[in-house]
Amino acid sequence: VSAPRGPLLFKDIDTPGLRAIETYRSLGGYESAKAWTGGKRAPEELIDVVKASGLRGRGGAGFPAGLKWSFVPKDSPKPRYVVCNADESEPGTCKDRELMEKNPHLLLEGILLAAYAIKANTAYIYLRGEFETLQRIVDRAIAEARGAGLLGTSVAGSGWALEIHTHLGAGAYICGEETALLSSLEGYRGQPRLKPPFPAVEGLYACPTVVNNVETLMNVPHIATHGAQWFRQWGTEKSPGTKIFSVSGPVKRPGNYEVPLGMPLATLLEEHCGGMRDGMKIKAVIPGGSSVPLLPASMLATGLDFESMAAAGTLLGSGGVIVIDEQTCIVDALYNITRFYEHESCGKCTPCREGTYWMSEVFERLETGHGRERDIDLLWDVADNIMGKSFCALGDAAAMPVMGAIKHFRDEFEYHVTHKRCRVNRRRAELDAAQAVPA
Amino acid sequence: MSHAPVLPAEPAERLAWPAELEAEVTRALERYPNQRSAVLPVLWIAQRHWGWISPGALRLVAESVGLPEPEVFGIATFYTMFNLKPVGRHHLQLCMTLSCSLMGADRLFRHLERKLGIGHGETTADGRFTLRRVECLAGCGAAPCMQVNFDYHENLDEARLDALLEKLK
Repeated sequence: VSAPRGPLLFKDIDTPGLRAIETYRSLGGYESAKAWTGGKRAPEELIDVVKASGLRGRGGAGFPAGLKWSFVPKDSPKPRYVVCNADESEPGTCKDRELMEKNPHLLLEGILLAAYAIKANTAYIYLRGEFETLQRIVDRAIAEARGAGLLGTSVAGSGWALEIHTHLGAGAYICGEETALLSSLEGYRGQPRLKPPFPAVEGLYACPTVVNNVETLMNVPHIATHGAQWFRQWGTEKSPGTKIFSVSGPVKRPGNYEVPLGMPLATLLEEHCGGMRDGMKIKAVIPGGSSVPLLPASMLATGLDFESMAAAGTLLGSGGVIVIDEQTCIVDALYNITRFYEHESCGKCTPCREGTYWMSEVFERLETGHGRERDIDLLWDVADNIMGKSFCALGDAAAMPVMGAIKHFRDEFEYHVTHKRCRVNRRRAELDAAQAVPA
Repeated sequence: MSHAPVLPAEPAERLAWPAELEAEVTRALERYPNQRSAVLPVLWIAQRHWGWISPGALRLVAESVGLPEPEVFGIATFYTMFNLKPVGRHHLQLCMTLSCSLMGADRLFRHLERKLGIGHGETTADGRFTLRRVECLAGCGAAPCMQVNFDYHENLDEARLDALLEKLK
């Protein structure tokens, strides 16, 4: 048996057969759900425990989960819903996929506890369309849990009813945004809604709804079992617990790693990922999915927690760590990211719809040697005019990385204007070399 | 959106759910407090069965969930995964977003184009392959990554792609 891959969510993750309910239960699974719903501890108490744990949303925004739950009105006569955001669409992020594929029951138990806390009787798991295979895995787990009396008309004999359903999206990054996700789940085009009202007050079908990310919910059974103080043995005061980071790019061992929040980025990359592939050096790292500004190699000592990342001018985001090597052109990399947002903008808000398109055009000019002196300031100006001017965070997500790249690597942008080409471009060179070989 | 699909003006042919799918459609409708919410699940049922969302399938879905046909068309075109044209038996969807691009996805896409003689969105004459570049598939830790229909293939290079194509008859 190899060493555990992490202290919490990854502790048992590679246990053979973990997907089956018997294996999950043999490791103590569903004990927490049974203990809480058994009648001795009130739902409000669970909200307090999660609040005290300081658990923050693992999907990107980092909002305190317990606080979110506490916003659900106590006296609302409407049904309440728990919606699990399993859309995992932030480029660079692939943790929820592994978590659900290997340990679906931990997610179900987390949803069960969240639903108990806010007194919901229905929960939906919104999976991105590409996760059809995962939907089958989760559906099988739901059927097992129902068979064991842990879901259905009387959860663990408590008299409280809970049904969990999966819902498959169909290809749209925007549906990872919680209000767009709710629109999509209601059968509309996945476009975001203005907040407030926040989903906790008016969410799914205009009813009180808690929307939480997969990883966030999977932390809940651990917290519900062991308590808030126990959870706080990892991480920092304001960012307690662990986080799963998905590391991609030319490191020796890319993949998912569960580490305590606050760990220096360099430690994750050097000790866990084995450093860069031979002969390569780090130029920059995007620490929290493609939506956040990059950090230059000089800032790798920054801690992987919400506060340290904010102080460094970026965001912890979803934990999608994308490593960019010295031979990669920053302008080219940002062009790739900007085209992504241009493609994924839902078209609702003018600054985002037109701005992402406009930025893409400027990047194309720079990349094809037609860049003009004023294009760098133009990029900044367009990005600045997207920031904060759209309904949802997609616009900001497109603008922030561009502004961060100009701030840290303006010289590379200027090189494109003066030399009409990239200073270095490993990707392009590899493409040209492959092109030279007959098919 | 790179393409602007248009709802055909003439009425679509009338399709019916095969008996074995009727129960599945009913179950999808039962999962939600209103019929509209079942539009994506029911579109999926149609696409799994017919391989694409033909005008007739779109009409059937609209009737099944009680929405006007143009509204369902607006929904089906919003999401990238509904095929409004027939696709090949093996739908090759190579991720081209940054994590995969850093690991050689652009090179692999070029390889597929040359090898299959088709470009983005095109289907081979024998109906075996459709090639498409797609955005991040959540396979970043094992990039480059490609979905063939719903199956993930990761850590790809030219040799692995060639071996995979051989197996996909």
